[in-house]
Amino acid sequence: MDITSLKAWEMKEKLLNKEISSKDIVEAHIKRIEEIEPNINAFITLNKEEALKAADAVDKKLRNNENVGVLAGVPIGIKDNIVTKGMRTTCASKMLENFIPPYDATVIEKIKKSDGIIIGKTNMDEFAMGGSTETSYFGTTKNPVDPSRVPGGSSGGSAAAVCSNEVPLALGTDTGGSVRQPASYCGVVGLKPTYGMISRYGVVSMANTLDQVGVFGRDVKDAVLMLNAIAGHDRRDSTSSRRSNSGVFIGDDDNESINLLEGLKVALPKEYAEMGVSNKKIQVLFDEAVKVFERQGAKIDFVSIPHLKYALETYYIIMTSEVSSNLARFDGIRYGHRAEDYKTLDELYTNSRTEGFGEEVKRRIMIGTYSLSAGYAEEHYKKALKVRTLIKQDYDNAFIDHDIILSLTSTMLPFEFNSIINDPVEMYKSDLYTVPINIAGLCSMSIPMGKVDGLPVGLQITGDRFMEKNIIKAALGYERAVL
Amino acid sequence: MGYKTIVGLEIHVELATKHKVFCNCANEYGAEANTLVCPVCLGLPGALPVLDKEALEFGIKAGIAFNSKISNLVRMDRKNYFYPDLVKGYQISQADLPLCDGGYVEIELEEETKKINLERIHIEEDTGKQLHTDESSTLLDFNRCGVPLIEIVTKPDMSSAEEARLFLDKLRATLKYIGVSNVKMEEGSLRCDVNINVVNMESGKKSNISEIKNLNSFKGVVKAIEFEEKRHITLLEEGNNTERETRRWDESKGETILMRRKFGAADYRFAFDGDIPPVSLTEEEIDRIRESLPELPHDKKDRFIKEYELSSYDAGVLTQTKELASLFEDTVKYINDSKLVSNWIMGDVLRRLKDDELEIEDLKISSKDLADLLKLVKDGRINNNTGKKVLKEMFDTGKAPEVIVKEQGLIQISDEGELLSLIEKILDENEQSIIDYKNGKDRALGFLVGQIMKASKGKANPQLANKMLVEMINKR
Repeated sequence: MDITSLKAWEMKEKLLNKEISSKDIVEAHIKRIEEIEPNINAFITLNKEEALKAADAVDKKLRNNENVGVLAGVPIGIKDNIVTKGMRTTCASKMLENFIPPYDATVIEKIKKSDGIIIGKTNMDEFAMGGSTETSYFGTTKNPVDPSRVPGGSSGGSAAAVCSNEVPLALGTDTGGSVRQPASYCGVVGLKPTYGMISRYGVVSMANTLDQVGVFGRDVKDAVLMLNAIAGHDRRDSTSSRRSNSGVFIGDDDNESINLLEGLKVALPKEYAEMGVSNKKIQVLFDEAVKVFERQGAKIDFVSIPHLKYALETYYIIMTSEVSSNLARFDGIRYGHRAEDYKTLDELYTNSRTEGFGEEVKRRIMIGTYSLSAGYAEEHYKKALKVRTLIKQDYDNAFIDHDIILSLTSTMLPFEFNSIINDPVEMYKSDLYTVPINIAGLCSMSIPMGKVDGLPVGLQITGDRFMEKNIIKAALGYERAVL
Repeated sequence: MGYKTIVGLEIHVELATKHKVFCNCANEYGAEANTLVCPVCLGLPGALPVLDKEALEFGIKAGIAFNSKISNLVRMDRKNYFYPDLVKGYQISQADLPLCDGGYVEIELEEETKKINLERIHIEEDTGKQLHTDESSTLLDFNRCGVPLIEIVTKPDMSSAEEARLFLDKLRATLKYIGVSNVKMEEGSLRCDVNINVVNMESGKKSNISEIKNLNSFKGVVKAIEFEEKRHITLLEEGNNTERETRRWDESKGETILMRRKFGAADYRFAFDGDIPPVSLTEEEIDRIRESLPELPHDKKDRFIKEYELSSYDAGVLTQTKELASLFEDTVKYINDSKLVSNWIMGDVLRRLKDDELEIEDLKISSKDLADLLKLVKDGRINNNTGKKVLKEMFDTGKAPEVIVKEQGLIQISDEGELLSLIEKILDENEQSIIDYKNGKDRALGFLVGQIMKASKGKANPQLANKMLVEMINKR
């Protein structure tokens, strides 16, 4: 038996049945990581010793017949923009190359409390800015499906690690698609919950009104297992909602004989249909997926999201504005990279930030600073906030009569390295399917729906705020129908 | 003559909440550097602010006390700028929607009561402190980071240093009254910047506004305004003008020094802070806070004038601080003589405090003890001068007046028999004085009284002794 190819829930079952120990699980994964990392580079920092210690602690609990948590013995990869006490947290930036946080993010505390095993910190685009993991200061991560291609981003390390069986579960963050798009590119499940569902305390902000922690798994059930362990209101994050406490347990949906798609009210945004997809094979795959829903008894319907056409502009103004403010704290004064060469305070700031940040980060800080500047804020930032409200209203209207919205996760296949990163506008465009979901704060997930030319393509299932149960139900139903 | 001074103030007040405004760190002054810090107030990556309810409530209390309109929506914004004592690269503050809009403070001028209008009061976080060492390096102490502040901005309604001082006195007294701040300028819990210019009343020509910083006392504020008034007028008289600039008050030199010129307004790129969801405040919640406020100084003053028949001046002095007002009222409760109590507090009690440079909070004398002392005086058991001596002893030791009187045997001699023999003895010893008195030298009587007081160690009831002395001389 290859432990690393098991789903997390399967590992847990075998652990509780004492077929395997937590130590077996962790050792198998460390071995797998050691084999595969030189080719994939999914991790920035590994936590082997601590992981083995944590495994021993779980085994000890089991030997003493003590209760163990819901993630007992399961190795988990953590995107490197989520702070871990005593473990380097770099945000894949030279700026934080040697930054060791003195505290744990709330999600890390919850994983530890649930007896999950943190195996390491995964690679990402620098400060989560990018869609290919190519802007990382620690080298690119390769797509395990085709190592000549990117894993997507910005949570590319987490997606690749789950795809290549280095871990069964991983955390990412999603500001404009950074969980769903790499999930699509690597052929795994990626779930971005509603804004406010998971505490952001200890998650290094990129754009704080859009950022949300998301989960990766190799099937829907695993993603839900992870989500249930970390969701919930946190008094240390005022933007986390009390509505998140209700939980998203699968419950009766776990009964495989039930057809979960029967009667499901599914919306297809007609704006996407009108735009079309340049790669016809991807379109065909999507049309087939819709037919699966239809055949299972779902009601398919077109809706209009009229302000979708402004989503990208709105996103890029709000996101960059927030980036410019959120990244101001990296100034070389208290922690992080400080330039060696400076004479004045201004030079200390300028040189430290010039050296510490990569090009994409600097580009976004510049754009955001401009958007917030006196004389421009009115026509950029403030107008974008108004359009944001309109986009939210469009989705509110769509969800009056529908349970979920179906779309592609990305209109693109995972691309080859260096093929697109020199053209930031093209990369921005690929976010068109994922970005509006963050603008409206909705929940959404990408699940594998097949391959085109041997490369994975994701189906995006979107639900209303705090209606995770709807997208999970749809995803489970689809997974059962096609497997 | 011919010039009018225009002064506006910006006052930062640290709120005396238990915790900092966005985290659970203690809000205390004077702790060892960098011991009152956590990931939130240090602005570490990933840490998030949570608005402290008490800080919000204190801000609202200040707004109510200064007659402002309280906003029904509390929204926090980010003020973006770089500075070593600013840990996040932005200060969480409020931009176009302040917690409190408008308001005013009334000050008592000789002729009239003047209203100094407020522009706004908003809530924000304090920054850390920089300490520059001799070796040209800078140390940073982040204990103050995240201490809640309110910034009070006045309209340019003051026209002299004196008006500014009266305004600040009133502002400080009120903030202390409602218990939202320690308002100690020397500890930085109250900080004041001055905006000043002058206008020539004939020509209408105005000088450009100077902003004065680094003012560490109310005295400094007064002196800086007086200095600037002269500087502005002199420049205008010479046909020049001031520059729009920020200046620093140098206490030792007694002058203001240029810090930087202002070229247009600084761009702080204000934006809504999405980490702190807006808080709605209902009128009911605001009313509940209003009702929790103690009686404000001006209301108390009016009541004192009416209830205790005090002069406006006396009532004003007695209501300057809550503690002084309570001492007065509580003492009056024990001894129903408001005039007597007011005279003693306004006189000896305040004088003693001033001489020893103490605050009313430091007073060791309880209202009960003060009332007991005044009863001893009023009943003639000790005389006025002895009363003052006992008060001093009470002031120094905190002992009850009866104890002091007993220990030192200070009870006044009002027994006629005892006084009779005492006076007989003095008269026998000073026959020349009797002759002098009878020859019309009134001074002789004073000498004899002095001898009686001396012999009685000051305990003789002076009125009675005087009366008996005259009678007894006349009998001789």
